[in-house]
Amino acid sequence: MATTEEPRTAAVDVSSIDHAVSPSDVYGTHDELLTLNMGPHHPATHGVLRLLTVLEGEVVRDVKPIIGYVHTGIEKTCEDKSYWKVVPVIERMDYLAYYFNAMAYCGAVERLLDLEVPKRAQYLRVIHLELCRIMSHMVWMGTGALDLGAISIFWYCFRERETILDLFEMSSGQRMHTRYIQVGGVMEDIPTGFVEKCRAFCRTMPGRMDDVAAILTKNEIVLARLRDVCPLDAQTLLDYGVTGPLLRAAGNPWDLRKAEPYSSYDDFDFKIPIGAQGDNYDRFAVRLAEVYESVKIIEQALDGLPEGPYITEDRKVRLPPRHELATSMEALIHHFKLVTEGFRVPPGEVYFPIEGPRGEYGCFVRSDGSSKPARVHMRDPSFVNLQAFPPMVKDAYIADLIATLAMLDPVLGGIDR
Amino acid sequence: MEIVRREPAGGDLADFRARGLRARDALKGNLEGPELERYVEERVLTTTLEKALNWARGNALFPATFGLACCAIEMMSIVAARVDVARFGFEAFRASPRQADLLILSGRVSIKMAPVVRRIYDQMLEPKWAIAMGACSSSMGVFNNYAIVPADKFMPVDVHVPGCPPRPEALMHGILKLRQMIQQEPDLGWRKRYGAEGTEEIVTDAGRLAASAINVAQAGSSPGA
Amino acid sequence: MPDATGLELLAQDLREAHPDAVADTVFFRDKGTLVVGPARIGDVLQFLKGRGFTFLASVHGVDYYPEEPRLGVHYELLDMREVDRLTVKLRVPTGDPVVPSVTPEWPTADHQEREVYDMFGVVFDGHPDLRRILMPEDYEGFPQRRDFPIGGEPILFTEHAAQGTDYTLGTNVADPEKLATTGEQ
Repeated sequence: MATTEEPRTAAVDVSSIDHAVSPSDVYGTHDELLTLNMGPHHPATHGVLRLLTVLEGEVVRDVKPIIGYVHTGIEKTCEDKSYWKVVPVIERMDYLAYYFNAMAYCGAVERLLDLEVPKRAQYLRVIHLELCRIMSHMVWMGTGALDLGAISIFWYCFRERETILDLFEMSSGQRMHTRYIQVGGVMEDIPTGFVEKCRAFCRTMPGRMDDVAAILTKNEIVLARLRDVCPLDAQTLLDYGVTGPLLRAAGNPWDLRKAEPYSSYDDFDFKIPIGAQGDNYDRFAVRLAEVYESVKIIEQALDGLPEGPYITEDRKVRLPPRHELATSMEALIHHFKLVTEGFRVPPGEVYFPIEGPRGEYGCFVRSDGSSKPARVHMRDPSFVNLQAFPPMVKDAYIADLIATLAMLDPVLGGIDR
Repeated sequence: MEIVRREPAGGDLADFRARGLRARDALKGNLEGPELERYVEERVLTTTLEKALNWARGNALFPATFGLACCAIEMMSIVAARVDVARFGFEAFRASPRQADLLILSGRVSIKMAPVVRRIYDQMLEPKWAIAMGACSSSMGVFNNYAIVPADKFMPVDVHVPGCPPRPEALMHGILKLRQMIQQEPDLGWRKRYGAEGTEEIVTDAGRLAASAINVAQAGSSPGA
Repeated sequence: MPDATGLELLAQDLREAHPDAVADTVFFRDKGTLVVGPARIGDVLQFLKGRGFTFLASVHGVDYYPEEPRLGVHYELLDMREVDRLTVKLRVPTGDPVVPSVTPEWPTADHQEREVYDMFGVVFDGHPDLRRILMPEDYEGFPQRRDFPIGGEPILFTEHAAQGTDYTLGTNVADPEKLATTGEQ
């Protein structure tokens, strides 16, 4: 407690918080730095993230993220399972973007096998991937608004999430971690009623997002907390390997769905929202705008959904349909071989990148010719994006650190794997 | 305006009149003896202090925010509008373990996190309960490897909720079962309910495996695996 | 992706600039890989940066057991202008797993090299803060090496309960030999 200094009165008119003024101009620099641990169990860190913050008063001078509190050894577990049995395990990495994990892995294995995925399966994959992207943004927005204090947005966003999970339950039977995307296509064709329900969702979703936007986008408090807070320019972000909405908020329109289209994304017409300044508000606005674009993609995919098989016809890779097991001997043998040993993949190494809700998910699969992968690695975007967090929050208030962490959208399952 | 005279339901007019007189006496404080006893019985619930306390505890659980991984998202879903945990009064998730009495361990507990979980559990004040939500915290779940540890190894767990992740309704069922346990009416399971005790069949190794049986699911015992 | 001839030309230019850098080139499934010597990785990445591969997407490790040299480190590069991807690969033996760190020029490699160190034991020379990132700080062993056991708990069945198994310890109180294991070796 400093007793010899004169009492500090606010040197800035607090009725208009001006983020252009540096905190050290207002309060001067102190000699004493406080190391504060925002431990793994904390309501504001999204998951079990430990932040060692070095504070000078309320200003963050340095932050060191410490991770590993939910490390599950998924990559090692994958080496012990046959190729298609890896899918349920690898889905649980980034637990908000489970379709994307499976897609990256299946894409890598399909490239190793040189396997072609039928058009209907590609469209079904796109529909589910975009639904998963919207769902991930809903959870992000709900928890992010919760951090800022706009608690009602939590319920609005989770209501939309429930509708999407109903659609997932319709197509695959599970709400989360559906193992719907399999090597060669998708697990099952969509049931009757799915298309109608999905269209009804696409009709109502933009209106619901308009409601949420009406509350948040021009809100004085949201603007004061997010506008001009913790910006980072695009070049620094690229140096840190950041991709996804964070990079797009800084003005760089890099999106793998447009740059390196996979799974028929080049058939669809959609825009890439980008921001101008790269501050927290742009990160928020870019993700909100992405939801509208994803709805457009889903509508186009439903309109253009072709007939055909929902998974590759190659019986050495996919399980034969159940009814054939009663009549065909080969189907029985294939089924037995696939379930017990699995299919073998020619030796090689492949890195397959896709665009997920947080950035570039790249799955590296090395195969040594046996029926189990020799190495599976997921280049998770949250893991790499977290490195850009300390430069973002340097010299910002600790409340801004919380807001920035919310806008960063880290998912600890992907960071720790 | 029409004045309608109605017969009082359930009883004749004399009984109604007598009750009215008794009520007037009660309000004046004039009831005595057996009439007073009957008056009290009709209106006051008697119970033991223990039962009352347990009833209150069970209906006022404050869960601690302890989301670790995927199960945390489904735990957030129970707060959301579809499976509304506020119906039961459990919507106040407390961040501080000192203020919470229910630890819902939602997600996989890695070896780095286990001492932290134990410390949070120790910081909670008695009475406290723990629910292991999901397969990963109850057993090892989908992952049986070097990196995670089942919750039973380092802290006492009252209710295990299976699932990967369990549906919000399943977690709700687990919480309500815990509430029953707290209120000392634990549900002893279906065997007791249907009188099926003693019907378990334990199959030993001797009866199960033939000497020449090959376990195809075991690594290394089938060709090419 | 640079096609096969583009890859060979790139390798040739690289050999001219740094004579002992490139050990091999691989072209597999429309993607090129350069296999380089571990000591020259910094120069190679700088050269490729000059050629347009300005984005380092991923740094990850691979254990090539039982081939020697056993530990590999892969660098995934991306050219955003031409939309080209290139992998740079190096191999080090477990006896001397030292690789110069590229973190000073490529800040994105910071956490990723720490992960490779944590999981495989590759020591990055010149890294500002090389310590374990995913495992506890005092953990011994490098989990993702192929000869590291997968670990885990034995699976307990109902008959073990009848025999008096303490499931928190995973042992059969009466007869420790009779416990079934997962067979995960």
